[in-house]
Amino acid sequence: MQQKSKMIGLFAAMSVVGGAAWAGPDEDQLTINGEIAIVTETAAPEHMANVKTIYSGWRFRSDETQAVQMDDFDNPGMLGVENALVDWETADGSEGKSCASCHGASEEMAGVRAVYPKWNEEKGMVTTLEMEVNNCRETRMGAEKWKYTGSDMTDMVALISSVSRGMPVNVAIDGPAQSTWEQGKELYYTRTGQLELSCANCHEDSYGMMIRADHLSQGQINGFPTYRLKNTKLNSVHARFKGCVRDTRAETFSPGSAEFIALELYVASRGNGLSVEGPSVRN
Amino acid sequence: MASGVKPRVKVPKSASAGGTVTIKTLISHKMESGQRKDSDGNIIPRSIINRFTADFNGQNVIDVTLEPAISTNPYFEFEAVVPEAGEFKFTWYDDDGDVYETTKQITVS
Repeated sequence: MQQKSKMIGLFAAMSVVGGAAWAGPDEDQLTINGEIAIVTETAAPEHMANVKTIYSGWRFRSDETQAVQMDDFDNPGMLGVENALVDWETADGSEGKSCASCHGASEEMAGVRAVYPKWNEEKGMVTTLEMEVNNCRETRMGAEKWKYTGSDMTDMVALISSVSRGMPVNVAIDGPAQSTWEQGKELYYTRTGQLELSCANCHEDSYGMMIRADHLSQGQINGFPTYRLKNTKLNSVHARFKGCVRDTRAETFSPGSAEFIALELYVASRGNGLSVEGPSVRN
Repeated sequence: MASGVKPRVKVPKSASAGGTVTIKTLISHKMESGQRKDSDGNIIPRSIINRFTADFNGQNVIDVTLEPAISTNPYFEFEAVVPEAGEFKFTWYDDDGDVYETTKQITVS
């Protein structure tokens, strides 16, 4: 304990010497459980005109918060993953099936998180992981669908993400998904609310700066679902989008709406090349 | 029994005799402080883990009093000297009277 407070003292002294408003990303490297190497910094995808390098939000957090994500035992997001593992194997609905009945072990889902949102040929639209989970529940299991940002759903998405950790995010933005992607890009650069802020104003123009007491990241979603220390639960992408839009003092879109699906595809594509990290830990 | 309470501990499987091991424990618990109000203005009753202990072969290693300001899912990490092979016993005491226990065996080499 004493050692730790000494360390914190040292960091405080260093940042006083630094003294600039620019506060990151830092130079730390992320390895989970000492074995899963996570890419937290890489060249921006070609479609991004204004950013050269993309960084995971992990790089913008304090050393203490970063440490919580480096071991699954410490990571409270893994509690949600454990809950979802029970659901994974529990039959539900009129068909008497569980997730495992069709998909086998949850590890079989490795790589899935990395490519969503994705064009669904059958539905003729871009779908998110949450929509596919509910699609399975309703059409294959005969079960009731889960609330889009409910804890059952977010825990399940965390489980599916956890088995893809370390794989590069790689959502397709061309072909049939392109028009949805364009719509998402439009939303990203559209100012909303009384504060007239777009996503880009904070997460592209000002990342690394402080927004009051918080440290602005690039708004990457490779780490979602994210366990936030402020509300001590796993948070879904759309719940976070809603919070951000609300913070511009606007009426927000609903989780699961066409607008947020498009925005999720676009924002995910800005993280193409970073590793899947969910469930991550942020403040 | 409070819902969603599940203790987890991480103890190395073996240690050198007389050596020190690092132990991590976490219990999922909402740790309702008793200071908050619901949407109708009524106080949400306090419901926390108020005590945590660890024993090794019957001898106390650590005994912690927890207070309402401690966050959800309390996590403890501490070190213990392992003189001989034996069993760690971890106990959490809930405000509602429930007691949660977990044990872990450790061998010495």
